[in-house]
Amino acid sequence: MTIGTYILVSVIKIVIAMLVLLTGVAYTTLAERKVVAHIQNRWGPSRVGPFGIWQPLADGLKFIFKEDVTPPFVYRPLYLLAPVLSLTMALTAIAVIPVGPWVSIGSVHTPLQIADVNIGLLVILGLTSIGVYGVALAGWSSNSKYSMLGSLRASAQMVSYEIALGLSLVGVLIYSGSFSLRDIVMAQSGTFLGFIPKWNIFTGQFIAFFIYIMAAYAETNRIPFDLPEAETELVAGYHTEYSSMKFAMFFMAEYANMFTVACLASVLFLGGWLGPVFGPPLLQAVLPVVWFVLKVLAFIFIYIWVRGTLPRFRYDQLMAFGWKFLFPLAIANIMITALVVALK
Amino acid sequence: MHLALFLIFGAVCVGAAINLLVQKHPINSALSLIVVMGSLAVLYLLLGAEFVAAVQVIVYAGAVMVLFVFTIMLLNAGEEEVLPHSSRVAMVVGVPGLIVGLAVGIWVVARYAGLDRIAIGGPQVLNGTEGFGNPSPVAHLLFRDYLLPFEVTSILVLVAILGAVVLARREE
Repeated sequence: MTIGTYILVSVIKIVIAMLVLLTGVAYTTLAERKVVAHIQNRWGPSRVGPFGIWQPLADGLKFIFKEDVTPPFVYRPLYLLAPVLSLTMALTAIAVIPVGPWVSIGSVHTPLQIADVNIGLLVILGLTSIGVYGVALAGWSSNSKYSMLGSLRASAQMVSYEIALGLSLVGVLIYSGSFSLRDIVMAQSGTFLGFIPKWNIFTGQFIAFFIYIMAAYAETNRIPFDLPEAETELVAGYHTEYSSMKFAMFFMAEYANMFTVACLASVLFLGGWLGPVFGPPLLQAVLPVVWFVLKVLAFIFIYIWVRGTLPRFRYDQLMAFGWKFLFPLAIANIMITALVVALK
Repeated sequence: MHLALFLIFGAVCVGAAINLLVQKHPINSALSLIVVMGSLAVLYLLLGAEFVAAVQVIVYAGAVMVLFVFTIMLLNAGEEEVLPHSSRVAMVVGVPGLIVGLAVGIWVVARYAGLDRIAIGGPQVLNGTEGFGNPSPVAHLLFRDYLLPFEVTSILVLVAILGAVVLARREE
């Protein structure tokens, strides 16, 4: 493949990934309102188009036409940098996620992934840890007590749960022996007894999967760990002073992070794009991507389901849960996994 | 390409380091330090050490600096106060002293380490060290060749943490 074709293919992949991700983000907001509404025995958005399917479009237009207020007391450079940082880091993380195996279109042979790097998992962890600054700086530069408290809570929570999150992944890494997300998926191919897939969730990483889910909810500031934006205490938390598109950028970053976490969960624990492949060649090429998307959507649905079901934690409960329960459990999981792999 | 990236990120790194010293407000200094860490990670990447680069971002730019920023935010540290006399002395004595010191340092390194080991014109990977920054070579060094020093260092760090906790604990 020449360098020209390579750049062209990469640009096409980036454009497609961004379009799909941003559409996904927009429709997740609608799905969330709909599902939570039905859990609470309401209708949810139903005015814009049939079943309210144009609601995200209307929301987007509304955000663009809202007045963009910058309060006079903010520290401008960081106030402007914070939402950009949040959204950039959230969108960049999708670059290393493999959505399918290698495909051939004409003479071009390419993986269904923007960048196949050998440290893919570490790239995602690095990007999310830089993303914390978006939240921290937003709160500090807004110069408001609600923003400040929200961002203090958010950064403390994200730093604490990043440890449990990182440790829950170590078991998977011990099994697959690689940081490359593609290798991790390939290590999960095959079945037990002919029908149970050898996904990591079925090969002893069950506990790690639950540690990952809980830590991921805290990382993305979602209910039941949404204390950084607890509206009953902090108005809206770290983005209290933001309006119009700047607020929308934080909003998009939060949902894009949900997608990253969901993609990572399906790659690490649910076998990524692996699933039964059958039928004519075209169907065989499309099915892996369909399996991947279904796994991600199922994970997103669980996110919304939890939001409609659980109340919010208290802050001391949150910290005690992270440090005194998830952290030791993750360490125990690593030791047992290492022992099993060493004895095998 | 390598040379261009090296020059750009080297300049960013030095610029951010100077900015770190010049800035009056602690949060600006902390952010400059994050930029220094980030551009160092890119330099590691140019050397072919992807794993070290990723760890640099996760540990230093991510974890350590978040704690710095967190502390500055929590204490709500204000602008640094500059004493007029001390700063003039620093300008007259410190800056020439710093330049002389740097020149001597570079001369010593160039004289005794040999000029051929200083990569002028961008980073170069010395023969036989390809892939030295990838997970398995790093793990071999840490957990096989230097296992004892590594474990001793970890106990040292643990003692330091315990010491900090004991010192910070308020007397009943």
